[in-house]
Amino acid sequence: MTLLEVDNLVKHFPVKGGFFTGGGVVRAVDGVSFRIEAGRTVGVVGESGCGKTTTAKVVLGLETPTSGTLRFEGADLQTLDAAGRRRYRRSVQAVFQDPFASLNPRMRVGAIITEPLVVHEQLARGEARERALRLLDVVSLPERSIDLFPHEFSGGQRQRIAIARALALEPKLIVLDEPVSALDVSIRAQILNLLRDLQARLGLAYLFITHDLAAVAYMSHTVAVMYLGKLVEFGPARAVATAPQHPYTRALFAAALPSHPDERREDVTLVGEVPSPLAPPPGCRFHTRCPVVMERCAREEPPLVHTDGRLVACHLYSPTPGVGPWQPQRAAPGSLTSPSFTTGGAP
Amino acid sequence: MSTPMSPSASPSRAASLTLAWRFAAFHAEGFPVLPTLILLVLVLTAVFANVIAPSDPEIGTLGERFRPPAWQVGGSEKYLLGTDHLGRDVLSRLIFGARVSMVVGLTAVLFAGAVGTALGILSGFLGGWVDQVIMRVTDTWLALPALTFAIFLAAVVGPSEMNIVIILGAVYWTRYARVIRGEVLSLRERDFVRLAIVAGCSKWTIMRRHILPNVLNSAIVLGTLMLGVVIVTEAALSFLGVGVPPPKPAWGLMLADGKKGLMAGYWWLTVLPGSCIMLMVLSANLLGDWLRVKLDPQLRQL
Repeated sequence: MTLLEVDNLVKHFPVKGGFFTGGGVVRAVDGVSFRIEAGRTVGVVGESGCGKTTTAKVVLGLETPTSGTLRFEGADLQTLDAAGRRRYRRSVQAVFQDPFASLNPRMRVGAIITEPLVVHEQLARGEARERALRLLDVVSLPERSIDLFPHEFSGGQRQRIAIARALALEPKLIVLDEPVSALDVSIRAQILNLLRDLQARLGLAYLFITHDLAAVAYMSHTVAVMYLGKLVEFGPARAVATAPQHPYTRALFAAALPSHPDERREDVTLVGEVPSPLAPPPGCRFHTRCPVVMERCAREEPPLVHTDGRLVACHLYSPTPGVGPWQPQRAAPGSLTSPSFTTGGAP
Repeated sequence: MSTPMSPSASPSRAASLTLAWRFAAFHAEGFPVLPTLILLVLVLTAVFANVIAPSDPEIGTLGERFRPPAWQVGGSEKYLLGTDHLGRDVLSRLIFGARVSMVVGLTAVLFAGAVGTALGILSGFLGGWVDQVIMRVTDTWLALPALTFAIFLAAVVGPSEMNIVIILGAVYWTRYARVIRGEVLSLRERDFVRLAIVAGCSKWTIMRRHILPNVLNSAIVLGTLMLGVVIVTEAALSFLGVGVPPPKPAWGLMLADGKKGLMAGYWWLTVLPGSCIMLMVLSANLLGDWLRVKLDPQLRQL
């Protein structure tokens, strides 16, 4: 069952012009579509500034989309009445990146965890305490935590508190905005395992936003790769991680640490910076840094097309006759000569 | 085999150690002992004024006018710090003056703090036109010289203790509004405020439960620093005759009454209340400075 359907989401931020420079718009998210199935995880990866956090904020209702529709369980969010919106708020919760900023330093853990419950259900004090204890148990924190303040916990423990709070309303979808990026590497696996465990037990759906490729491959059922506000590749996590198709995805996964030191990786190095989302390049947004750029890339924007069981937005896979899949002989600068690139087959 | 000494031998000992450590840290950070003691003495004096004062501060004996302090020639044991031009006991007047200064100072600071903090939170959190209106009013307010403005208001509404409190509150709320608004601007971008929205809290709930407790520290620090300013202003207004009305023993009023006697050698009528004002303001400022550093959320990395 489709839980959340995001269709052609656009979010532009107007920028005030200075005295000499005109104003403009930051195209943070520019036409992104994806869907989240109940009980599944969609991972969103990309560099900073690619629009993944903005997407999360729109899903959470913290930002209103410039255009595009969000449908939750079939109902368009913009046409929802007050009761419907409240139901949506209950169903979608969040865990943020910085566990030091996401808990109010002046509230006790018990109050933090039960705040969503108190807002939505007007619980009695005793009952709220009981629920808080149960939630602490779910995230494996000791009972006495309930009367402590956030500063008495470590980063990993705080993230557990944040997760307990997100679970309080028994939501259907949790937006995880870089939930482990601020944690020590040794703690990350614990939190990720906790999240997977909770998904299996409670049937939660996750929108998992990260730049940690190993984490996204481990956590997600489906992966969406974003670049400058656009979706460049969208498909099953395993396929995307093991046989990326879009040149950007390939570069991204080539840059990730291999799981074994002997593992051979193709060496794809991207040069330059991400262009400003104030003035994204015409055509394919990746063409300024693409190692296999073609003349056509600067003119035409590649549509998302089905290739090898996934969606890819690249002219290499465009169905236009005569341009066909890219051949190594036509290689532009760069050393993208791995055979899997041409065959595109998943192992 | 016996177990070697474990690092946490007994929990109670560890607890008392941390307590000792905290106490040491308290001192190491330059806690202003003397100013706190002075303020404490002044507060106690104010509270128990009617118990410690040797005589009525408002009724004098005309036959005992301009008595010097007890240790000077012509002084008497009955009037330890001498008498004024109406034969009133200076010590008793100073003691009751502490009460006036404290009551006026604290209530005015509370009043200004409540108004300023509320407006600062509204302005910073709601933003938009609310912010524009409140901040432009604050700017205009701040452009007026505080003392002149206070004299003007006092002249309009007439002198009384109650009016002084309202006037001082009306003059000084802008400082709070400015500082608190700045804090709120940074607070509202914090993740816990975003998560409160996600949890379904209303704006009102967020301001009350998430913003207010987090700006309270700053408001307290500002209040301590403002206490000195407010007390000086109250003394100045009383000195100028638009503050606390005459029979009441206010320090500023005593200064005004005593200034004519300065040339005649009646130094105790001005030096003593002047020193009291100075001690109180200096103590409040030193304590406030220390609190500012101690409670600064930036320094504590909250």
